[in-house]
Amino acid sequence: MEMLKTDGITMQFGGLTAVKDFNLVLNKGEIVALIGPNGAGKTTAFNMITGVYIPTKGKIYYKGKDITQMAPHNITKLGIARTFQNIRLFKDLSVLDNVLIANHLHIKSNLFEALLRLSKYKNEDKKMLKKSLDLLEIVGLLDVKNEKSSSLPYGMQRRLEIARAGGRNPEVLLREEAAGGMEPKETEDLREFIKQIRDDFDLTIFMIEHHMQVVMGISERIYVFDYGITIAHGNPNEIQNNQRVIEAYLGVDDNA
Amino acid sequence: MKKRDYYLTVISLILLVIFLYFADRYMDAYIVRILNLCAIYTVLGLSMNLINGFTGLFSLGHAGFMAIGAYTTAILTLSVNAKAQNFFLEPIAAPLANVVLPFFPSLLLAGILAALAGFLIGAPALRLKGDYLAIATLGFAEIIRVIFTNTQNITNGALGLKGIPAYTNLWWSYGIAAFTVLFMVLLINSSYGRAFKAIREDEIAAESMGINLFKHKVMSFTIGAFFAGIGGGLLGNLLGTIDPAMFKFTLTFNILLIIVLGGMGSISGTVISAFVVTISQEALRFLDQPMDLGFIVIPGVAGMRMVVFSILLMLVVLFYRHGLMGTNEFSWDRLINILSFKKPLLKGGKK
Amino acid sequence: MIKMTSEMFLQHLANGISLGSLYALIAIGYTMVYGILRLINFAHGDIFMMATYFAFFGVFFGLPWYVSFPITIILTIILGMTVELAAYRSLRDAPKISIMISAIGASFLIENLAIVIFGGRPKAFPTEELFTKVVHIGNVSVQRLTFIIPVVTAILLIILLYLINKTKTGMAMRAVSKDHETARLMGVNIDRTISITFGIGSALAAIGGVMWGLKFPQIQPLMGVMPGLKCFIAAVIGGIGNTTGAVIGGFFLGVSEIMLVALLPGLTGYRDAFAFIILIMVLLFKPTGIMGEKISEKV
Repeated sequence: MEMLKTDGITMQFGGLTAVKDFNLVLNKGEIVALIGPNGAGKTTAFNMITGVYIPTKGKIYYKGKDITQMAPHNITKLGIARTFQNIRLFKDLSVLDNVLIANHLHIKSNLFEALLRLSKYKNEDKKMLKKSLDLLEIVGLLDVKNEKSSSLPYGMQRRLEIARAGGRNPEVLLREEAAGGMEPKETEDLREFIKQIRDDFDLTIFMIEHHMQVVMGISERIYVFDYGITIAHGNPNEIQNNQRVIEAYLGVDDNA
Repeated sequence: MKKRDYYLTVISLILLVIFLYFADRYMDAYIVRILNLCAIYTVLGLSMNLINGFTGLFSLGHAGFMAIGAYTTAILTLSVNAKAQNFFLEPIAAPLANVVLPFFPSLLLAGILAALAGFLIGAPALRLKGDYLAIATLGFAEIIRVIFTNTQNITNGALGLKGIPAYTNLWWSYGIAAFTVLFMVLLINSSYGRAFKAIREDEIAAESMGINLFKHKVMSFTIGAFFAGIGGGLLGNLLGTIDPAMFKFTLTFNILLIIVLGGMGSISGTVISAFVVTISQEALRFLDQPMDLGFIVIPGVAGMRMVVFSILLMLVVLFYRHGLMGTNEFSWDRLINILSFKKPLLKGGKK
Repeated sequence: MIKMTSEMFLQHLANGISLGSLYALIAIGYTMVYGILRLINFAHGDIFMMATYFAFFGVFFGLPWYVSFPITIILTIILGMTVELAAYRSLRDAPKISIMISAIGASFLIENLAIVIFGGRPKAFPTEELFTKVVHIGNVSVQRLTFIIPVVTAILLIILLYLINKTKTGMAMRAVSKDHETARLMGVNIDRTISITFGIGSALAAIGGVMWGLKFPQIQPLMGVMPGLKCFIAAVIGGIGNTTGAVIGGFFLGVSEIMLVALLPGLTGYRDAFAFIILIMVLLFKPTGIMGEKISEKV
């Protein structure tokens, strides 16, 4: 089933074309990567899909529904969750609160029911709490649940980001990874982790990733951006042997 | 809540009620007035803290909502005769001349009208970012003030209203203050309260969490306006006279001072700060009057009090940005620790 | 709408242009500081007020106006730069709300200090025959001042635009208003550039203040509040961050305010609210103002 599809989306900021004519297809259960040098327009593409930007041209479809003009919070409600490169955690709030907030969009009780702590609300609250605690357990952050999120080390913050994404019950996860260095063990852990959440949560994953070991190791398909243009699209093998990609990005590479 | 905390809280409340009873019957009118003001500023502080402190919206329009609340209760509680006396320049608009309501419905209406204004103002204004929101809300408050100064047949214009019945007593003000505290605690600890805090922390992340920014901002704003209106109403029926000049930006500033000093993300901080600031403002009144030290008389300097408070605000925002409580709340644990000079346990430490 | 002779109309128009010039001078200060710090300098209106008091005391102590007024400008510049140093510099990286509160606090502090030091009662600004002499053109009578103000403003503007667009300092100011980090990497001394910005804004406010005092000779400690707010609104109307915009906004507001009261005297009481209503219209329909500089946030 086609989960996400973009039809020639283009993003222009004044005279600058950040993304030109991007055609994405994302099928259920796939792990698809978006790679490219810095400034190639990857984050912009994510922003268009999640509603932060409205594309200058083109359309975006989620399970057949046109979401091009939709507001970000509604897109999230439909089932697309997104993590940020610079991990936009709610710094002053606790780890648990961060995940609880991700559940808010599902709440059915209105303000008065919440205020009066009617049983309808209390039940929802209990469910949200249980779900959040489960998520924290999966990412291994249960024992720091009351710590301020900004006090966590970077690796744990990343995991919290994922837990937050999970809280939204997404069907599609847009994962944006930072470019920082990772050791071989971390890379392997990350690979396993991504596959695991895809399986456990029945997700479809579209990720911006800079670590080629991760990309080549688990992606089924890869899109390559350069200056906003899709210069290649295919499976890891095809991409690794694509001349244009090698010139633009991978380089003559002894690492992949 | 732990059993111990539950009992401690109930005992404190009972003590408060006993204190209020004695204060109401036996204490000097001046002190009672200050006590009333403390409670009223608690309500006002909490209402502003919801919008500015918890939701992170920079709203400077509070005086406007208070004005709406104060004028509503004033007009509704003034007796027919008193109304006629006040509106000597131009008679009050016909439907209002004979309407006299008891205190509670008047207060409720005050809150509702202020909330309505909050909703109408919020709808356009809350689409704006940070600084623009501040100026827009300031603008609205000024517009309200100017309108009140010019609608002679509804508000009696610049003359203001005198002889407002003194319905506000300790029971009303503390009762409403207690209700406001309870309301805020329930709100902030609910999922909606968390959504407000998320908006404060990071709007873009909050939006990507599926939180409808606009809807929640308007919610917070309207609720804040509601309580501001009630606070304004309580104030009017305490002071006995109101006029548009009372609701200038200075009033908003005073409440801003309270919530900044107390810690903008803390309910208990606001409560404590409301008491501290209100009492200090009275206590420092002597700065404005001549001081008789026996051997010399230092002439009073009008405005010195506000200079001190301005400096205080600057110092807090420059050096103690988080105010007294930061984003923490009162807890019996903390108080007991402070009182018994216990050092907080280090992680994994032994007693 | 009342009927008006063309002479009266011209008279009102002349007044409007005068007022507009004064608004423009003060608005520039707001827009420059906002452009460079993203801060509404609430204290700017009070700095304008202090300038009028500086000038007042200069003359009060016997100095001729051509000595007192320049000294006023210097003192006001010092005041403006001091406010920046004390109230804003250390909060540059703090959450936006803190620096805003500091601005409000500084504004209140200056106002109340003025009340304490100068007393709350209005004082009479010195009048100078040279400026207040009435000139007759046909049936229209205006003070010389009414012409002098726009001329002075125009000259200052030309100097300012030259400064901003053709000098290194100006370039530094423009760079800092785009991006602090990058400007720093390019070797721009951020602190100095910001101080200079405040200095220029204060100098213009000082000149505006002196001319304001000559035109409306009553000064009191809270006289900067309304004009301050209105001038910020003027800056927003013209496009906040844009100097030319501030001038356009100032003139627009000044002229419309006078014309509104002249043509619809029944609405005189709403004169002050008028500016706020325009503000809200602008914020709702074209928040980037007439000159429209977009300040966007990177996600």
